[in-house]
Amino acid sequence: MGIRFVLMVNKQGQTRLAQYYEYLTLEERRALEGEIVRKCLARTEQQCSFVEHRNYKIVYRRYASLFFLVGVDNDENELAILEFIHLLVETMDRHFGNVCELDIMFHLEKAHFMLEEMVMNGCIVETSKSNILAPIQLMDKAS
Amino acid sequence: MAMSGMRGLSVFISDIRNCQNKELERLRVDKELGNIRTRFKNEKGLTPYEKKKYVWKMLYIYMLGYDVDFGHMEAVSLISAPKYPEKQVGYIVTSCLLNENHDFLRLAINAVRNDIIGRNETFQCLALTLVGNIGGREFAESLAPDVQKLLTSSSCRPLVRKKAALCLLRLFRKNPDVVNVDGWSDRMAQLLDERDLGVLTSSMSLLVALVSNNHDSYWSCLPKCVKTLERLARNQDVPQEYTYYGIPSPWLQVKTMRALQYFPTIEDPNTRRSLFEVLQRILMGTDVVKNVNKNNASHAVLFEALALVMHLDAEKEMMSQCVALLGKFIAVREPNIRYLGLENMTRMLMVTDVQDIIKRHQAQIITSLKDPDISIRRRALDLLYGMCDVSNAKDIVEELLQYLSTADFAMREELSLKAAILAEKFAPDLSWYVDVILQLIDKAGDFVSDDIWFRVVQFVTNNEDLQPYAAVKAREYLDKPAIHETMVKVSAYLLGEYSHLLARRPGCSPKEIFSIIHEKLPTVSTSTVPILLSTYAKILMHTQPPEPELQNQIWAIFSKYESCIDVEIQQRAVEYFALSRKGAALMDILAEMPKFPERQSALIKKAEDTEADTAEQSAIKLRAQQQTSNALVVTDQRPANGTPAVNQLSLVKIPSMSNVDHDLGDQGVTQTNGTLTVVDPQPPTPSGGDLLGDLLGPLAIEGPPAVSVLSERNLVSGVEGASYADERLAIAPVEEQANTVQPIGNIEERFHALCLKDSGVLYEDPYIQIGIKAEWRAHQGRLVLFLGNKNTAPLVSVQALILPPSHLKMELSLVPETIPPRAQVQCPLEVVNLGPSRDVAVLDFSYKFGTYVVNVKLRLPAVLNKFLQPISVSADEFFPQWRSLSGPPLKLQEVVRGVRPMSLMEMANLFNSLRLMVCQGLDPNPNNLVASTTFFSDNTRAMLCLLRIETDPADRTQLRMTVASGDPMLTFELKEFIKEQLISIPTAPQAPAPVPTQAQPTKSPTASSDPGAMLAGLL
Repeated sequence: MGIRFVLMVNKQGQTRLAQYYEYLTLEERRALEGEIVRKCLARTEQQCSFVEHRNYKIVYRRYASLFFLVGVDNDENELAILEFIHLLVETMDRHFGNVCELDIMFHLEKAHFMLEEMVMNGCIVETSKSNILAPIQLMDKAS
Repeated sequence: MAMSGMRGLSVFISDIRNCQNKELERLRVDKELGNIRTRFKNEKGLTPYEKKKYVWKMLYIYMLGYDVDFGHMEAVSLISAPKYPEKQVGYIVTSCLLNENHDFLRLAINAVRNDIIGRNETFQCLALTLVGNIGGREFAESLAPDVQKLLTSSSCRPLVRKKAALCLLRLFRKNPDVVNVDGWSDRMAQLLDERDLGVLTSSMSLLVALVSNNHDSYWSCLPKCVKTLERLARNQDVPQEYTYYGIPSPWLQVKTMRALQYFPTIEDPNTRRSLFEVLQRILMGTDVVKNVNKNNASHAVLFEALALVMHLDAEKEMMSQCVALLGKFIAVREPNIRYLGLENMTRMLMVTDVQDIIKRHQAQIITSLKDPDISIRRRALDLLYGMCDVSNAKDIVEELLQYLSTADFAMREELSLKAAILAEKFAPDLSWYVDVILQLIDKAGDFVSDDIWFRVVQFVTNNEDLQPYAAVKAREYLDKPAIHETMVKVSAYLLGEYSHLLARRPGCSPKEIFSIIHEKLPTVSTSTVPILLSTYAKILMHTQPPEPELQNQIWAIFSKYESCIDVEIQQRAVEYFALSRKGAALMDILAEMPKFPERQSALIKKAEDTEADTAEQSAIKLRAQQQTSNALVVTDQRPANGTPAVNQLSLVKIPSMSNVDHDLGDQGVTQTNGTLTVVDPQPPTPSGGDLLGDLLGPLAIEGPPAVSVLSERNLVSGVEGASYADERLAIAPVEEQANTVQPIGNIEERFHALCLKDSGVLYEDPYIQIGIKAEWRAHQGRLVLFLGNKNTAPLVSVQALILPPSHLKMELSLVPETIPPRAQVQCPLEVVNLGPSRDVAVLDFSYKFGTYVVNVKLRLPAVLNKFLQPISVSADEFFPQWRSLSGPPLKLQEVVRGVRPMSLMEMANLFNSLRLMVCQGLDPNPNNLVASTTFFSDNTRAMLCLLRIETDPADRTQLRMTVASGDPMLTFELKEFIKEQLISIPTAPQAPAPVPTQAQPTKSPTASSDPGAMLAGLL
């Protein structure tokens, strides 16, 4: 099915955004996030960007204080996901201008809107930044 | 920093952020939840804006990991809000908080549908996304046609259609019937002509889901995928917005190549050529560049291309290019590339012919096994595990053992399991195997499961030559300080059984053995004590004449434990004490454990279970499946040792016969052999087996299970006695020894199983395994025979002859005359069906192993049902056809008796597996079944076949069957074929192993932790 979840976690391990594409109960989510964050945050810059955990493969990337973690199944191209994270960051950058953790925290809804334009049902739906941002701009204009 | 118009939310987020600890955060969250709950209670006072604000707060709290068990209704109700901002929040929060089974979601179906069929594009998008993310079966049933219409509508803009594509994907997964409609595959192909890359990206995901389910209907999409790939690779008509660091949508390129991997082959030469051109360009044209993003993106494409090339079984030259690339990757410093290099090289192991090139990189891979990054180490371990064969097993296993001492906790269990499996599978000699396992227990005892040491005991018990060696080793380990408890168990067991073989060595007198084992007793747990007691009893039995001092010591221990609180220990103590006073009878009762029946390794099964939990290892798994039967191969080979006379002796020995003979025999072995280390895979010398040779000769098609026959053989030669062995060897002419090799498993059952599925084992004996994999398309079929040599010596004079019946055209590719040790060769066999017939093709197969000539005739599963293709017909189509085929010879009816009783459900399943599609609900009588299928042959066009079964609920052994088709021959053959299936359905394939005689003691509580009994129970 491709992407199972997208997580944004800061280096203190606080979740800043969580979007799941398969249903997990709250307890399962908490456990999973805890385990993954423990595993990934302990890794060094010299280690690779892929971590195997349970049935997932976590592809992750760090931007300043924020970690972007994408859980995929075994049927995904790891590097493509790694660059997809970067595309997401660039898209946020275009919208917020020098995006930082606070932007995502206080504009959680916008982060969600962008992600929703990019991923649907665990599949990539759009990769053009202007297409992704079009609905948000429309709304900004309206308000 | 405030959010547009939602100050309250910003304040809340700030508060949370300023919380010093989790406890304060919880207090703040609880306060907020209380607040929201109160506000929601008098909903009438809430403005849409407030509702929106609270719903966002709920989502925020939920994200923080707190349960939000109210307010779902409010979130859902926002979906029907007239204005975009509220509606959008409603949709997003609903899809985050609820799942498809949530009751509130059902309430929203209508509102969602109204948005989907409405005119507002942005509303359509929101609704499609919600359904795409959490839509369930009810959504699939009520919305699929609308979504399909949006997807294929030319008046719909791309922004809606791309979402419709992924929405449909979800609905298809929830209910595959939504796209199983006529003409859908054509529409799918049309979708791939799309110019808009957003729509194309999501359509490609939809295609991947559809072809992974059933590629047959989507052949027309294949050339379109190749065209898309060409368009992207050549950067034609790709808007700047879809170019990522100069690379035309790497994600779409990857997805397209993924879709192509679901088609088994590409037959059209032009399409194939174009695709290979593109792939070649990707393979050769991807350079390492400075920019990380560009580099990653281009390598994402490159790795996908590698996977596709491997899948397509490209020409050898291209394959070596791939291996060379991967070889480069696994040596680079960049960790991501190295990780993926190792991962893909593991997949590459599936490709024939490249294993040897991969082996050249062994040293490099071992370096990665010591990498500081656990992700990389895991990949390296998997690759080493997959590439291990008899030629490099020693090196690899020793490397794993060495690594074991320093490996981190997380990997030790997997590492020791893998080392144990490799040692078992590829042991060049058995003493090495014992060494490896004992080392494993020594270094990582905590991670060595009972299965592993049970297996050692099993091997040693079944191989006499190994027994003195194993006993010596066990004795050596006992000298070490602080050994692991598992080591105590295995040593005690081995020394109890075999320490008498060491009697003349220093430090190995019964007394010394006893005291060194007994030293460990205070340190072990209650589960080990019973094993030690058995060992004492065995030592006592083997000490002839009895030594009073030792006897008294052991008796004292038994009587001490007679009052033990542990019932197992107590019972053993009581029984052994009583038994040991019975004098000569003790000998019989405590005699050595008989040989274990051969079974598949439980370890391998365990490894498969473990693998399911870790990352993809399909290549390894598949290889492992092909090789599982090798697990016990080593026992089949008799190690070279002393003179043929001794050989005979050891083969002859039946443990349960008489103890006196036993001991003599054992002594003989020890004296002649000294240490047994080198095992030369010598062909088994013709033994007493040839006496039965003519009796068992024409076993070609059916044979009794191997093991019972083997033991029978042993019995015969046992009676003959050892002294004649040499003479017989000299006299027996070589030619007469044919077919003393017994098949493993029931050939008949294997054939029947293969009639219903497309891959599996056709034949197996101790030396060779013949596997089969088949693909069928209409009247054509392609079978691949996998001839696997299970031994460490080559199989020679290999011959395979196909005897096709008149209705099949068959062409077998060249079969090599020699199959190298442990190698597997693949021989494709093309089949064309010319007409309906139940005649079966036969494979006449022969080979020579040492002095054995084996010739078997095997039926090939190219049977009638393979040329059927299930087709579902509606009532409107069925009945006119049924009526028009009015009677004989086109429609035949027969009352079949002696049917194997089965429920209607089972029968429907049987028909489905025979590729006859059962049409539910066509026959109003619930006791009847109606099925339809199409038959393909080169001479006739596709012929529709209809079938009706009327069963009698009172008597399941009889039924009335009516078969109809447009061809009398077909009708007749199909009817007879189905009849055969109904009457002589083979019982569920049974494990070839004979009744495990050792299993009986498990009934008594005494034996429940006895390793012998446990072993028998385990396997």
